[in-house]
Amino acid sequence: MGALNILVGVCLIYVAFLFAVAFGAERAALNGKGGWLRSPLIYTLSLSIYCTAWTFYGAVGYAARSGLEYLTIYIGPSLVVIGWWWLLRKLVRIGRSQRITSIADLISSRYGKSNMLAVGVTILAVVGTTPYIALQLQSVTVSFGVFSDAYGAELTEINHGNNALLVACGLALFTIVFGTRNLDANERHHGVVMAIAVEAIVKLFALLAVGAFVVWGVAGGVSDIFERIDASKIGQWDMRGDRWATLIFLSAAAFLCLPRMFQVMVVENEDEDHLRTASWAFPLYLMVMSLFVVPIAVVGLDMMPPGANPDFFVLTVPLATGNDGLAMLSFLGGFSSATSMVIVAALALSTMVSNHIVMPIWLSAQSGGATVSGDVRHVVLLSRRISIAAVVFLGYLYFRLSGGGAALASIGLISFAGVAQFLPVLIGGIFWRGATRTGAFVGLSVGFLIWAYTLLLPSFGTGTLIGTAVLTEGPFGLGWLRPQAFFGITGMDPLVHAIFWSMLLNTLSFFIASLVGFPSPLERLQGAQFVNVFEHSRTPQSWSGSLAQSEDLMVMAQRIIGAREAQRLFEREARRQGLSGLVPEPSPDFLAVLERELAGSVGAATAHAMIGQIVGGASVSVEDLMAVADETAQMMEYSSRLEAKSEEQARTARQLRQANEKLTQISEQKDAFLSQVSHELRTPMTSIRAFSEILRDSDRLSAKEKVRYSSIIHDEAIRLTRLLDDLLDLSVLENGQVSLNEQTGVLGDVLDHALSSALTGNQTVELRVMRDLLSEKVTLTTDLDRLSQVFINLIGNAQKYCDAPTPKLHISVQYGQGQLVIDFIDNGSGISKADQAVIFEKFARTGEQKVSGAGLGLAICREIMTRLGGSVDYLPGQGGAAFRVILPQSAALAAQ
Amino acid sequence: MSDRPNIPFLERQSYRRRRLIDTVRMVPVVGAVLWAVPLLWPTPEDGAGSVASSDAIIYIFLVWFALVLLGAWFAFLMKRSDAQEEGGGR
Repeated sequence: MGALNILVGVCLIYVAFLFAVAFGAERAALNGKGGWLRSPLIYTLSLSIYCTAWTFYGAVGYAARSGLEYLTIYIGPSLVVIGWWWLLRKLVRIGRSQRITSIADLISSRYGKSNMLAVGVTILAVVGTTPYIALQLQSVTVSFGVFSDAYGAELTEINHGNNALLVACGLALFTIVFGTRNLDANERHHGVVMAIAVEAIVKLFALLAVGAFVVWGVAGGVSDIFERIDASKIGQWDMRGDRWATLIFLSAAAFLCLPRMFQVMVVENEDEDHLRTASWAFPLYLMVMSLFVVPIAVVGLDMMPPGANPDFFVLTVPLATGNDGLAMLSFLGGFSSATSMVIVAALALSTMVSNHIVMPIWLSAQSGGATVSGDVRHVVLLSRRISIAAVVFLGYLYFRLSGGGAALASIGLISFAGVAQFLPVLIGGIFWRGATRTGAFVGLSVGFLIWAYTLLLPSFGTGTLIGTAVLTEGPFGLGWLRPQAFFGITGMDPLVHAIFWSMLLNTLSFFIASLVGFPSPLERLQGAQFVNVFEHSRTPQSWSGSLAQSEDLMVMAQRIIGAREAQRLFEREARRQGLSGLVPEPSPDFLAVLERELAGSVGAATAHAMIGQIVGGASVSVEDLMAVADETAQMMEYSSRLEAKSEEQARTARQLRQANEKLTQISEQKDAFLSQVSHELRTPMTSIRAFSEILRDSDRLSAKEKVRYSSIIHDEAIRLTRLLDDLLDLSVLENGQVSLNEQTGVLGDVLDHALSSALTGNQTVELRVMRDLLSEKVTLTTDLDRLSQVFINLIGNAQKYCDAPTPKLHISVQYGQGQLVIDFIDNGSGISKADQAVIFEKFARTGEQKVSGAGLGLAICREIMTRLGGSVDYLPGQGGAAFRVILPQSAALAAQ
Repeated sequence: MSDRPNIPFLERQSYRRRRLIDTVRMVPVVGAVLWAVPLLWPTPEDGAGSVASSDAIIYIFLVWFALVLLGAWFAFLMKRSDAQEEGGGR
């Protein structure tokens, strides 16, 4: 009984020592002397809360039952930590840049600061962790029971329960005192971290001491212990491959997803570089921790009676050999493992519960929202404290209700499998920008339902929560839904089965739901922030406010992070903005900083909501930004459309100007022609009048004179008639009243006729015409008279206007591309560019008038050719005036 | 070293650093492969002579120890390259 009292005394002293260590660390950190608190070594040791009582006691039991399988639990985390560059580095960087306070905060923050998701993750984490806390309480009370049995003391069931309650209360107290001392913006707890680092050393030392005692004290050294191992019932490698691989994967996943691991690894991380040291030091720690497990198990199996519980060989072996001191050290090691786990787990869970469940409810219950005066800090702290107590009490309740019967290891694995369901959402969130909130919801739900159905419910024993019939026949007789044989695949190990299906379907549904849905703008921004955390470590800026709101913000910040800290923060920000006072402008930068600071205390989702409440109407949500961006895009489109329109208008204006110029020109031509035509009409009329007057009035005219005068009158009358004929002809053609008289003939004949008609008369200079008679043998079916008229006109023009000393006219005929082309090219000086535009207009005549003419010829030609279905155009660049007559194919059907 | 032209030296250094990171990334892969080797070992169910636990322990712990040594060595190299980058980089 005396030894038992000593044990109690040692325990109390140890607890007091831990309190002192934590207190000292807090003080040192407060005084700024905590440099050594932030060393990579402390970080590595704090990671050792992975090794709980399950490791300390359970591993030996595990080894005694299933050989080397226990190693998988440590191999997985070793691989994760050695591979820090792949994953942990990114996780830690995200945690620091986004001020992540827990794994629920990380997931909710990544998926658009969704509080719903945070609540879901929190609840699942509590469900997954509670059995584990119960396990720790159980280990402490049972190990105490082992001691009391050894000393013959009678501990009744009530004492057992009381012990557990006592331990639970003590742990809750410790966690409350050191976990919620201050509401630090970066959520780091030096006292707690230091205490668990000390505990890490204690448990390592205790296990090594027992191991060394077993190897060199009980057995005869290393070679002897190897012989004993090979001779024992676990002396042969008897490991199912699927379990080996699955358990390594499972422990690696759990290492990343366990709330307490996330707390020490990401939240409490002081410096990213610490990971570098931990990358090899932590695997070393795990290796040493598992080094003596098998020897202890084997020696225990040898020494202890067959019915002894192998889970407590670490205690019972020293006790059986009479080493009370060693046994006490071992007890302290187990006690350390259990307490450090409960403390950190309670801390992590309480942060989640308080930030994501209690605070949002409290905030929405307050009618005035976040601007009500008064300190919110005490509310936050109170909710944390109550959450801690509730979490620990929940573990105690589970312990009492479950009766502490099941083997320790199986509870641990079930808990691992539960939290491992976060893995796809976690990994997907930080490596895949396409992951969406809907996907996360669906994946987590599917994973947890399958986990509960295939692993958690059957673990309570057949017939308690899940009926025997369901286990063997499936629910409602659906055989393919049997909890341990999905789709009728029997023979799988139940654990492997549960992990395989839950992880597979979890990942698959997460992936598919992410692909199908469309994320909100905030989700997409956060996704980019998380996935590309190494490119930019800034939060999305989404606030804008007015100066009046700075005071409200100050009120709120004081309530959450404390008056002094808030004032310091505001002053610093004001200085950074170049202002002298205490109140900075609520610039987006400042609001982003403030939001991050607040997020450190109350979580990203709540902080976002609180700032939103104050900045309120002035808040520029990401949706607004997107809308603005949309509007801008629309404006740009509109303006480019306007531009196109104005260009079009400019083009039209240009065309109009050209048309106007042409009209003016035409009008001038008309005026010129009218004067010309009146002149043309007046000149013959004058001579007709004059000569007819002479004929009438003078009687002494000779007959010769009479003939001469009357022939002048006659000639002038003919000229008038011809002019009038031309005008009539043109107006008929233009009005489309002409009727074509189709005949068939040969082109050469038409040209012959035209030449003989045009070249009659007494011309001073003779025009030489060059033709290619062979090519002119084209049979035409068209109005040959009209065509001949065109030719006559063109040849006549050449004769009239060609100014070369020896004028020549070249007539060439080509037939191709469905057209008959006849070119009339002379060797004169041609027609100037300005004139080319108007020669086909009525009344147009080029240059100075050498030769009389009304300027109607080409206009008539064009009208005729249009009627005949062809065209006549000026052909520039031929060395002289050149005209091209084109007849359509239909006219030359019978060609050659 | 200071009289050398700075830039080629830095490029070489950051190239080395990249390759060092590649190596660091490969360590866990190598570890996973080595620790997957026990999947190939015969078990008593297979009938043929199975592996003794002591041999299995020695193999697994040797792999472990080798990984720790590799990790420590690369962590040291990384630290040195970080220091060099900060010292000569800016």
